[in-house]
Amino acid sequence: MARVVVDVMLKPEILDPQGQAVQRALPRLGFAGIADVRQGKRFELEVEGPVDDAALDQINTMAETFLANTVIEDFTVRVEEVAHRGEAK
Amino acid sequence: MTARIGVVTFPGSLDDRDALRAVRLAGAEPVPLWHRDKDLRQVDAVVLPGGFSYGDYLRAGAISRFAPVMDTVVEQARSGMPVLGICNGFQVLTETHLLPGAMLRNNHLHFICRDQKLRVENAGTAWTADYAAGQDIHIPLKNIDGRYTADERTLDELEAAGRVVFRYLDGNPNGSLRDIAGIANEAGNVVGLMPHPEHAVEALVGTGRTDGLAFFTSILKRLVHA
Repeated sequence: MARVVVDVMLKPEILDPQGQAVQRALPRLGFAGIADVRQGKRFELEVEGPVDDAALDQINTMAETFLANTVIEDFTVRVEEVAHRGEAK
Repeated sequence: MTARIGVVTFPGSLDDRDALRAVRLAGAEPVPLWHRDKDLRQVDAVVLPGGFSYGDYLRAGAISRFAPVMDTVVEQARSGMPVLGICNGFQVLTETHLLPGAMLRNNHLHFICRDQKLRVENAGTAWTADYAAGQDIHIPLKNIDGRYTADERTLDELEAAGRVVFRYLDGNPNGSLRDIAGIANEAGNVVGLMPHPEHAVEALVGTGRTDGLAFFTSILKRLVHA
């Protein structure tokens, strides 16, 4: 089965207090040198059948109308190569 | 003759009973509506209540938007039926795009629960006619995703058209842009706000004032005299 990953992030101009809270906690935890953190969502979709143009069109529509609220969020859609996963080790 | 005002119950709604009660106290006939029914039972107006419908999964209001009842609510709202979204109901209205903008996590990341002072900026909507423009009211506020956000152009349009219906006074509780607590659509039949008028309809509970009751008397008068 093929996997399609949809990443959803707040638009750059939208304040992200959750990301800021994570960033502010980093020095206290001993992690230095991180200037900014933005927090988002990742959806992993296991697709039945081939990931062809029709399947990707449908996923794009899903992302645009449901997974992301495009008033405040941007999204990206990419196909993940499942065959190689786990063999790299 | 009175008006039939429906209140939708979604899985996770909390304030549907209070909203039905507020409708009754105002003198209208409360009609419970169910999220899975497309049928609105011949109501004259609809309230989308507060709570955490579908657990606020994905985004507050994002999944409720696809409930069967919302197909009919959106269709009828576009042809003029009055709709009031309170808190989670406001979030549903922005997700359906009946109202512009979006709701985000409070800027301080905390759940907030307090009596909130508001100014009624527009007393010309279907839900605010019993207020005076510029009137200050106190009603409860309780949420974590209450930060109203829209782009600058949308905010300017809302301001210019008088569609900012309520503004927070004495401190912005959640980082909402331009202190916006509630807005209306262009026609004024759809109104959404974060604070809870249905919790301020009897002197015994809530803020000890009945500042929220005028939402429900406003709509009743509008419907009965229509």
